[in-house]
This record gives sequence, structure tokens and C-alpha cells, in this order.
Amino acid sequence: MHLDGNALAGPLGEIFAVDVTAAVGRCAACGLRGPVAALRVYDAGPGLVARCPGCEEVVLRLVRGPQEAWLDLRGTVSLRIPLQ
Amino acid sequence: MPAIRWRRARLAAARAETPTARTLVFDVVDWPGHLPGQHVDVRLTAPDGYTAQRSYSLATPGGVELTVEGLPDGEVSPYLVEELAVGDEIELRGPVGGWFVWRPDTAPVLLVAGGSGIVPLMAMIRARRTAGSTTPFQLVYSVRTPADRYYGAELDRAEPGLTVTHLYTRVEPRRRIGKQDLPGPGPDVFVCGPTGFVEAVADLLLDLGHDPARVRTERFGG
Amino acid sequence: MGIISRGFRGRPRDDHGRLPPGQYQVYDFPVLSAGPTPRIPLDQWEFAIDTEAGRTHRWTWQELMALPQERPTVDIHCVTKWSKFDTGWQGVSLDVLFEDVETVAEYALIYSYGGYTTNLPLEDLLDGKAWIVHRFDDEDLEPRHGGPARLLVPHLYFWKSAKWVRGIRLMNEDWPGFWETAGYHNYGDPWREQRYEGD
Repeated sequence: MHLDGNALAGPLGEIFAVDVTAAVGRCAACGLRGPVAALRVYDAGPGLVARCPGCEEVVLRLVRGPQEAWLDLRGTVSLRIPLQ
Repeated sequence: MPAIRWRRARLAAARAETPTARTLVFDVVDWPGHLPGQHVDVRLTAPDGYTAQRSYSLATPGGVELTVEGLPDGEVSPYLVEELAVGDEIELRGPVGGWFVWRPDTAPVLLVAGGSGIVPLMAMIRARRTAGSTTPFQLVYSVRTPADRYYGAELDRAEPGLTVTHLYTRVEPRRRIGKQDLPGPGPDVFVCGPTGFVEAVADLLLDLGHDPARVRTERFGG
Repeated sequence: MGIISRGFRGRPRDDHGRLPPGQYQVYDFPVLSAGPTPRIPLDQWEFAIDTEAGRTHRWTWQELMALPQERPTVDIHCVTKWSKFDTGWQGVSLDVLFEDVETVAEYALIYSYGGYTTNLPLEDLLDGKAWIVHRFDDEDLEPRHGGPARLLVPHLYFWKSAKWVRGIRLMNEDWPGFWETAGYHNYGDPWREQRYEGD
């Protein structure tokens, strides 16, 4: 079972100074646009995988180690991030 | 605005919601404030450095309050419900989540809660009250039995413009939520609960003609 | 280190000597996944070994079942810190599958139905160190645990034991897989606590 992109808010909030769950991204595989909050998030421990709700391809990966985080956004064409 | 970070939180008060769930009220130095619907990540550290982390929604806009259900096989929730005492400290990261948030508006609102999914939706109801808003709010709250309801006394008090419907899955009339329990398109919709519940409700809403862009969901694991 | 919460103990972490550093023992079998569970009908399932020379060896499900079966009992260790002792499996040793494979490659890339990949040196798959398993605890391996078949290579962290295994690509160079390109350690020895890149 999966969560949704709301579960990324905390981990991504440590990296970005703005909330990214409201950001709108476009899937690099199928072109579907939608908020990060609507991604299907699979929690594999220190690794989080966010997949497109349309085609299930990987949009984003985040690994949180003790001293650093790795963020892979290659599955996103771009993110449009609302700034307050 | 700096990135969010872990902050110390001291338990200031606690009250039972049900025999297995407790609302925890925290004092957090320099809390930046939050919006109804947002959540925090909680971190516990054992003396040997072992850590465990979970997410909990904020139950009210006015303070840092979490309502936690003690899960039988849980690692964190039994500690929070049974062990954590006034004066003890934990760490919180947040507030986080800018999408599953209600900002006062004129559009009517439909809230659909499954089990502990009621928590962020209650924050929205409380925010509406604090703001003196007259926006029509409808809450559909699916829970196992009346004894499992959170905020029961508060929801039983009549409040202008708020309609509340309870659906019980384990006592008569045993009912899972269905199309007959939900209104047609018009309101902004917030759905929260276990993943299976949220997906079932989202499907019902689409069948009823709701615009997917006006339905916001938050899935809890399980 | 974070603030210690009075009275918080977490899951039991007694060291029996069988626990690698930083691990705790569990008695259930947690399910972690990087994606949805693929469903592969057995009449479409196949396993392949692709050599660096371009030759492919294939087995259908029936062919896999007809090979000599072993029943390894092993301890498994997840990077999320849980360990499970004495897990019982049934499957085919990689030594049997590699009997007729001609290769001088040093590296293997494991690929799975659903798109998951993981990499390891070929020598970590041979000499009794790895199996393609299809039964766990005397029952058919459930899809959520990697069924119909997964790789089992218990001397490394369990993310290397790829669920829904589909094949092994032999390569002359190391090709980091799904988690290895995202910050996990390239090798993953639990006894040296190699969880993340740089450990």
C-alpha cells in the first residue's frame, strides 16, 4: 500500500525552504501534471519513492541518511513551486 | 523563511479522547504557527541513540495538539498514549504540508474522515469556528463504533452551518460509506484516513461528478 | 543526537551476537516496497541470465521447478534496521543456474518485474551465497514478499535480494541499481554497516 505526497512534506521540508507538496510537477514519462501531494509515495525506509498516479513511473526519490539526503528528480520535467 | 527543523516539544497537558486515544498538548519554543490540515513529524530518541519517527496531524489551529491512537503493535503510539507524561520532551518537525490545507473561502466544504483521519479535518472545523466563518461545512465521519469517536462531545454540540453525519462500521446499522452519504459536486472536498478508505471515497466522489481538482486527499498508512 | 525522550525504548534490540551493528530483531516480516506489487502469471514468467558476450540463458517456471531445489535457512538484515533470524526458503542455487553459463564478467545487475534493479559483484552470487527462491516458510512466496520468485542473497542488506526477480545481466563494469544511484551504499555489508553511500 502506498501513501501520498503529503508524506514528503517533512522530509522535503528539511531541504527546501518552502513547502513543496503544493508544487505542481509534470511526469517525465507520461506528461501528467499534478501536485506533489498527489504522487503515490512508497516508503521503503530511508528511501522514499514517489510515483506518478497516472503511469506509476518514478517521479522522485529521496534517501535520508544520518548526515545528508539524496534527492533524485529525474522523473520530473520541472516543478512549479508557489512562493509565499 | 528558513527550512523547517526539529524542535523540542514539552508535553503540557493530555486528555483522553477514547479508551485508546489521547490528545497531547505541547509547548514548543518559537513555534511559527500553522494552518488547519498541516501535520508534524514526531521523533523519539532512546538513550542509546536509536530513533523512531512518525507523522501526526495537528488537531487545532490554535496550539500544537496531536490526537494519537495507540496501535496494538505500535512502537511509537503506545509510548505517546501510555508513557509520555506532562513535562517529558519529544522532538517535532514542522508544520508541514501546504496542500492539504483549508484557507477560509466562500466555497462550501465537504470533509470526509475515516477513523483517525478526523484529526486534520477537526483542525479545519476549529479554524472555521475561530474565524467566525459562516461557510457551510459538512462532515461525514466513518468510525467503528460510537466509543471510537474523537471529539465526540464537541461534534455533538450544534454549530451553525456545520452538519455532522456519523457512519459506524462495526455496530448496527453497519455501513461502509457509499454514494448516498455524499453530496454532489459543489463543495471543496477534503478526505483523510487509511489509504483504502481514501481511495474508495475518491472513487465515489468521481462517480458523483466531483471535479478532481477540488478534491484533496491525505492518506495515512494502513 | 536528538533529545532523549524519557522512558522511550523502541523495539527490543538485545544483541544475541547474531545481530549486525545497529539492527534489532523482529518476529514478523515487514513489507517495504519501492512501488506497486507486480502480478506475473506463471505461464508468462521467465528468468534470464544475459552474459557480457550477448548470450542469454532462459528458464520458464516449469524449468526452474525441475532444477535441484535447496531449502536454505538464513538470517536476513534490512537497511531499515530490522533483522529476522532463521528464515526458511526454498529455491534454486545460483551455482546451479550458472553451471552452463560462460562468463568472465565481474559484475551483475539484477533486474525485476516492475523495474527495480540492484547490483553486486558476481562472486557474491556464487559458492552457495545466493538462490532464486519461490517458497517462504513452507508456502508459496506471496506477491507482497516478492512472489512468484525473488533473489535471496542474505549476506548483504536485504535491498539486494530483489523481489519479483526477472534476470541477471552480467557486465564488465559495475552498474549501480535503483537504490545505489539514490544514496544507498554500493555494496551493502550489514557487518560493516554499509547503509549509505560514503559509509
